Amino acid sequence: MPNDVKVNVHHITRVEGHGNIKVDVKNGELKECKLEIVEAPRFIEAMLKGRPYSEAALITSRICGICSAGHQLASLATSEDVFGIKISEQEKLLRKLLNVGEFFESHVLHIYFLAVPDFVGAKSVLPLVSTHKDVVVQALKLKKLGHYVGDVIAGRLIHSISTNVKAMTKIPTDAILESIIEKLKDAKEELKIGAQVLKKLNLPHFERETEYISLYKPGEYALLEGNLFSSDTGETSYKNYRELTNEYLVDHSTAKRAKHSRESFMVGALARFNNNHEWLSDDAKAFADELGLKAPCYNPYMITVAQFVELVHIADDGIAAAEKLLGMKRELEDRSFPIVAGTGVGAIEVPRGILYHEYTYDDKGIMKKANCVIPTAQNLSNVEDDFRALVPTILDKSKEEITLMLEMLVRAYDPCISCSAHILDVEFV
Amino acid sequence: MPNVTPNTAAIEPQKPKVAFFEFADCEGCQLCAIDLTPEQLLDLTAVIDIVEFREAFSEKADGSDSTGGDSHSGYDIAIIEGSITRDSDAERLKKIRAAAKIVIALGACAHIGGINALKNCQTKKEYTEEVYPTDPNKYETTTAKALDEIIKVDGFIPGCPIDTGEFIRVVKNIVLGKNPDIPTYPVCVECKKKENVCAYEKGMICLGPITRAGCGARCPSNGGYCFGCRGLIPEPNVNAQEDIMQKYNLSFEGMKDKFKLFLQRSKEVFPDAE
Repeated sequence: MPNDVKVNVHHITRVEGHGNIKVDVKNGELKECKLEIVEAPRFIEAMLKGRPYSEAALITSRICGICSAGHQLASLATSEDVFGIKISEQEKLLRKLLNVGEFFESHVLHIYFLAVPDFVGAKSVLPLVSTHKDVVVQALKLKKLGHYVGDVIAGRLIHSISTNVKAMTKIPTDAILESIIEKLKDAKEELKIGAQVLKKLNLPHFERETEYISLYKPGEYALLEGNLFSSDTGETSYKNYRELTNEYLVDHSTAKRAKHSRESFMVGALARFNNNHEWLSDDAKAFADELGLKAPCYNPYMITVAQFVELVHIADDGIAAAEKLLGMKRELEDRSFPIVAGTGVGAIEVPRGILYHEYTYDDKGIMKKANCVIPTAQNLSNVEDDFRALVPTILDKSKEEITLMLEMLVRAYDPCISCSAHILDVEFV
Repeated sequence: MPNVTPNTAAIEPQKPKVAFFEFADCEGCQLCAIDLTPEQLLDLTAVIDIVEFREAFSEKADGSDSTGGDSHSGYDIAIIEGSITRDSDAERLKKIRAAAKIVIALGACAHIGGINALKNCQTKKEYTEEVYPTDPNKYETTTAKALDEIIKVDGFIPGCPIDTGEFIRVVKNIVLGKNPDIPTYPVCVECKKKENVCAYEKGMICLGPITRAGCGARCPSNGGYCFGCRGLIPEPNVNAQEDIMQKYNLSFEGMKDKFKLFLQRSKEVFPDAE
């Protein structure tokens, strides 16, 4: 058993963006424990200043390729919050479908391409092409489905085109909606096969109870609208997001560290599952049972499983939305509205957790101030607290095994470091 | 699933080895590059071996373990996403250039500076104080640049994001020593073929007349307008664009403002940019 362990991972692989892991154990005591963000800062919030409201979604989507549609949906909700716009039922359903695309692309990429290789002793999905071709083909197909839905609903999934404040500039035909329904039904069958693979994986047993924060709208598995819910303190308005993320302190520190009632909290698929599992679709619940995911679950390695269960729910949700749209008279909406000066907040669930945008516009709709609080920033402290709880329990393992378990833990959170590029130098110790 | 080890014996030595790297970016172009059908994946891996791709693989081109950052050997072609926004990144980039026979700029950020260069329209003091008000100088940053402002670039795949089909075509052509086959005519040509109503007729400012085609006029075809993400066509007639603006009673200043989104590094439209 090594008493001294130094783990130093420069640019952790199979995550979105650049991060380093640093752990230092001396004489069996944890001296240092860090997840460093080393991505080049991009100053997106500064870029937004002086730009018209109509460009906010275009610019913020470029924060991150994998969360692009999520940033767009958050951006639109924020502008609409400023201008007091209530979107139509048709628009809500179209955005729901775009979100189906976002979750499929992101969750499938994470589960199959980034997380799973660790469990089968591979360094990437590539060697699996020869050993598990059917699984790789399935993963490519499911990911493609995400891109397909984004293409037909919004012109493109990554950096969508038709997404605009108040209403989309594109309306799907019956044939497209029918094809989405058919593809989502097929996807559910594919997911059944995927579940059999996932079931056999040996996920590490590690539990640390923490605070779970998600959107909340009783009666539905809240993704695109709702208030905020903390497993510690209950419900509060989405407008109070600064209380939950502690972002108000940002002016006094460059370390935009998120905390609420404790030193850290979790957002994302497992937080959503823990808070809102009763509103999952019946089939998603059945998958959760099958995969041994029970609320409340305190094992962060199970985030990957929670994402898988969400895919089933999202497929069901998408089928229902497409069916509703099929039964409606669909038409391009008038996109004019009165521009007023003001500040607004948008809070939506993206694959990695709650994403907040806050904008202030002048009376011409020109951006005066923008703030984006991304899920990975909210999770960073929690990852680090997990490190601290986990490391002392695995010191009997080799350095390589410890490194792998820490990398796997970081990957389980599916961090999106491109998104966090303005949250540098997070001080953990 | 049983444990497996990478089957390195399957790698054929004659195929060029390709490594992906990224700088200031959103990684969206790399996602598009792997948004492949199984057929496309086989098509691509028939001509190249991907030996490093941090976002998706833990394998390293130089055979090191996965914990050491960029490799500086073991690849023939470097495909690079992102703009250069730090002096330290310019040094990283030069090392990759020295190790690769061919360097390809992937997407608008690498090709033309892209959205990252929008910050160049403000002073460094303005944008750093906006995001880090209490300690604006804490993080290294400088003017956002395209790759070819720092190193020699052998080819590019334009767009924000790139088009997956074009990515495969350009990579295959470069590997086979052929012309990459990227259009030099403007987006308007493709837009007219699609019989779209002109964005100017809808009251929008559109950069289609001077922007490189190849995207199938994707934005105007989906209710949007062209904002120039594929870069300017060779020898763009910016004055003609000004005439269009006059015809539709739109201000030239309004158009210059649209240029800032993706074209800040283009000397044709911002000759005085640092």
